[in-house]
Amino acid sequence: MAKITYISHEGKKNTVEVPNGLSVMEGALQNNIEGIDADCGGSMACATCHVYVPENWYDKIEKIHDAEQDMLDMAYEPKKNSRLSCQIIVSNDLDGLEIITPLKQT
Amino acid sequence: MIKTDAIIIGAGPTGMFAAHQLGIIGLKCEIIDNLDRAGGQCIELYPDKPIYDIPAIPECTGEELTNSLLKQIEPFKANFHLGQRVDEIKQENNLWILKTNKGNIFSAPNIIIAGGVGSFEPRKLTIKEAEKFEGSQIFYSVTNKDLFQNKKISIFGGGDSALDWALELSKKNEITLIHRRTEFRGAAHTLSEIKQKEKDGKILVKTPYNLKSIEGDKTMTGIKIENEDGSLEKINADYILSFFGLIMKLGPIAEWGLNIDKKTIPVNTETFETNKKGIFAIGDICTYPGKLKLILSGFHEGALAARACFKRAKPNETYRFEFTTASKNIHDRLGVKK
Repeated sequence: MAKITYISHEGKKNTVEVPNGLSVMEGALQNNIEGIDADCGGSMACATCHVYVPENWYDKIEKIHDAEQDMLDMAYEPKKNSRLSCQIIVSNDLDGLEIITPLKQT
Repeated sequence: MIKTDAIIIGAGPTGMFAAHQLGIIGLKCEIIDNLDRAGGQCIELYPDKPIYDIPAIPECTGEELTNSLLKQIEPFKANFHLGQRVDEIKQENNLWILKTNKGNIFSAPNIIIAGGVGSFEPRKLTIKEAEKFEGSQIFYSVTNKDLFQNKKISIFGGGDSALDWALELSKKNEITLIHRRTEFRGAAHTLSEIKQKEKDGKILVKTPYNLKSIEGDKTMTGIKIENEDGSLEKINADYILSFFGLIMKLGPIAEWGLNIDKKTIPVNTETFETNKKGIFAIGDICTYPGKLKLILSGFHEGALAARACFKRAKPNETYRFEFTTASKNIHDRLGVKK
């Protein structure tokens, strides 16, 4: 279990507890948190669960793979700290994680 | 006006298998899809990725699945109307009248929406001014390459479309290829060709850069791009081509008076009918307690929706359940030779 804080583009914070093993994307969907669409359902075939990960967390989460980086090319305004939240799997180590959702996904 | 028993919106695997099920029970259908080919997400998002959970098929790619389904529905001669989107629907007595953005009109007692997550559209540039020049100087696909001769073209994107068009158009134009990171994603020979053209001065490659602004009032004269480090650079451009892939938008479906819950349509799991009589929803676009977004679920949903269509298509006939192994009627419909 980890406390994950989803911060909207406008800075609104929403902290929820997400069970280990779920993705940060699923954590958002199950808690009705807006800003993450996840059109493809987590198969890394779209880029609509795109989030920004603050610098202090970016290196702590599992490293990004090429396929995810490729998919991020298709995201809305990707940046250096962009990730797909379907690829961030929750564990105790991520307790306190903050992510920022982009202005929009599509 | 095309009259039929059921109109299927969406030519993905679920829509195609629904056509099969309609055909098996003797109903005709027409299939409409916004993409210019059948296959839906399977063909657009993962044509080469293997799928491992189609019953009795240990492994197949999105493209193979699409081709198998096309073959499976061949006997029923369902008409595909591709590259068009259903924009309007209205009810006339017991019939639904549909109109596409290409002006085609259909009439049927049943509509099966197998629209996935919506229709595919190109992801557009996020700069506001991009809208102003869209269609005149900014394009998201190339339909007429003769437009581009001795022009300055800025191409955005890091995938096959961006790379292929950069190579093709560099024969007659000045190309700047701009990508947000230094790595490109493309076939090895494409990447080496790009490198060669860059060396020869035929293509200017700018990475890691993003579009910052578009310059020009009535006509676009150039763009500013921003390096990851924050520095800006001006590029003269007659045209922008942008290839950031496809996004899915629910589109006009949202305006048909259907109940919609988070981009999905709630259905009755006995018939897969929506809140509108004669409109069914199957596959990723439908929702109900326990819904799984799997292709195999879409097949089941289509089979039930097809049976539910029967009553409205042939109100004076009684539907009788038959197996494909034993039914002479079905064999005739399939064109099985003895």
